[in-house]
Amino acid sequence: MRIVHHPILGDETRVCNAIITVDGRQIPAIEGEPIAAALLAAGIKKFRETPKHNKPRGIFCAIGRCTDCVMIVDGIPNVRTCITPVRDGMIIKTQKGLGEWSEAR
Amino acid sequence: MIQKTGVIYQGYPSEQELSKSPGVPSDERIKRGPVAFIECVQEIPCNPCEEACPYGAIAVGQPITNLPRLDEKKCVGCGACIAKCPGLAIFVLDGSEQKAKISFPHEYYPLPQKGDVVDCVDREGKAIVKGIVLKVVKSPKYDATAVVTVEVPMEYIKIIRSIKRPGRS
Amino acid sequence: MKTTEMAIIGAGPAGLSCAVEAARAGAKVTVLDENLKPGGQLFKQIHKFFGSREHRAGTRGFRIGQQLLDETEKLGVEVLLNSTVYGLYEDRLIAYIKDGRDHTLKAEKIVIATGASENALAFPGCTLPGVMGAGAAQTMINVNRVLPGEKVVMVGSGNVGLIVSYQLMQAGADVVALIEAAPKIGGYGVHAAKIRRAGVPIFASTTIKEVLGEERVEGVITVELDEKWKQVNGTERQFEADTVCLAVGLSPLTELAWMAGCEFAFIPALGGHVPIHDRNMETTLPGIYVAGDVTGVEEASSAMEEGRLAGVAAAESLGYIDAQKAEELKKEIWGRLDALRTGPFGEGRRAAKFKQLSSRRLMA
Repeated sequence: MRIVHHPILGDETRVCNAIITVDGRQIPAIEGEPIAAALLAAGIKKFRETPKHNKPRGIFCAIGRCTDCVMIVDGIPNVRTCITPVRDGMIIKTQKGLGEWSEAR
Repeated sequence: MIQKTGVIYQGYPSEQELSKSPGVPSDERIKRGPVAFIECVQEIPCNPCEEACPYGAIAVGQPITNLPRLDEKKCVGCGACIAKCPGLAIFVLDGSEQKAKISFPHEYYPLPQKGDVVDCVDREGKAIVKGIVLKVVKSPKYDATAVVTVEVPMEYIKIIRSIKRPGRS
Repeated sequence: MKTTEMAIIGAGPAGLSCAVEAARAGAKVTVLDENLKPGGQLFKQIHKFFGSREHRAGTRGFRIGQQLLDETEKLGVEVLLNSTVYGLYEDRLIAYIKDGRDHTLKAEKIVIATGASENALAFPGCTLPGVMGAGAAQTMINVNRVLPGEKVVMVGSGNVGLIVSYQLMQAGADVVALIEAAPKIGGYGVHAAKIRRAGVPIFASTTIKEVLGEERVEGVITVELDEKWKQVNGTERQFEADTVCLAVGLSPLTELAWMAGCEFAFIPALGGHVPIHDRNMETTLPGIYVAGDVTGVEEASSAMEEGRLAGVAAAESLGYIDAQKAEELKKEIWGRLDALRTGPFGEGRRAAKFKQLSSRRLMA
């Protein structure tokens, strides 16, 4: 959920100016914001499944350190979505295990 | 739940801690008119309140971990210190009229409006009594911290410290 | 190969403060940071800082961040963003990746100001989406303006846990409980008081027994701890929550200092293994300095002072500041650092820092 009003930061002035596709679903996003932020804004919390037990994972550190938030972005696996900026038209997939390189990239 | 009293257990100062604090004015002074009531009972390195007071009524000195000392004779209750305290721990109490006036810092959205009837809460956030918003002061100098004044029955002057936090916007 | 007089790794509060001091003295400074924007974690600090006027007390952290950026720009400091430093080699050679390409940079002085990262905590359900660092939630709400959840259980009552709880409510979330394993609240009482009067209950001697949910956090079961930190059966409480924030300390990001070969000391009060340094912030390797959380987890105000100290000392050894002037500047900065490390909350850190400073003498 996006924070529209804020007592300290003021009202949000940016507008969604990009569309990204997440597992086939189109969601609005703001160019330049981290992919993870756009996903959380759309209520998506599960970003990947672990290699051995297929357990769901989401963001943990949000500063590019822990790699819990990695996904397949435009065919490239293991992209840290918390520090990778949104570009219009990005194709994002929930990563299973170590992910796979896609030919579509 | 926490049973022990005191700021390190309850998260807010106990009556006893406040009574020993040099930032707390006397009951007589509160009855005479608006005065700062500083709920700062731990020696943290901080002194903006000292500089905020145009009347020289708050002294911290050196080291800056000293507790702020209020000179209740010099304090006129202007409230300049309220928004300056990074800990949001300063209030202004006015017990000079029939009803109590309590001023406190407010940093939630939306701000209340003058004339609103609001739920006034104690230091645990419990809604205790309804009050009327008398004043909402915003200033660029306060940097987004508003100072709100509510009026409540006199018996709550030492109890009410804020208003109920607005729900999700 | 690119060369510079002074390379600073990390554009957070310590690194930028260091850059400003050194550049002001006349040194050619290059700052490297792996992020797309400079400022480190300063821009998520939207509260007013403590300290005194010299520490810019009463000013919100993100405004201090903006001032630092303006100063670095005015002084012509080169800031290389999106540049991940992965190696520190002999003769102060830095290897980094920018835009997918390898680069090297040779510097006469290097300042490591890489900061710290949040600790995790293990409990059943700790890997569920919705369990995150408190700092991560803070980044999401204050930098990206996105709520990670609406009902939060905060774990840890240090200043981070208390401040982030407050800021989650400012962003519109509810904090349903703050729990603390120790028998008392760890952070400043004034921060605790803010969230208490907003209605947040604080449960001391309490930990997480289990986080519920299949695909995401749906609830939290807490349990009380006895004086031996053992769970007490029958003291469970259940909270409906979609988010669990962990504010259980930070660990210095010391990889580069280890790689360079700096000597370390183990000082739990500072976050674990920390590079040993002297009063100039210089490590056991000549010409390599440290500043900020990488050399002991404190807060942004002291990180900025340590950065300034390293900046002055490095500029002095490059010949840009004469010894007398440098001595004066360093004395002022140490005075401000000592002021932040006094009182019941600061004494422990002061003692720990003293131990760190004397480690070098003990080894020599």
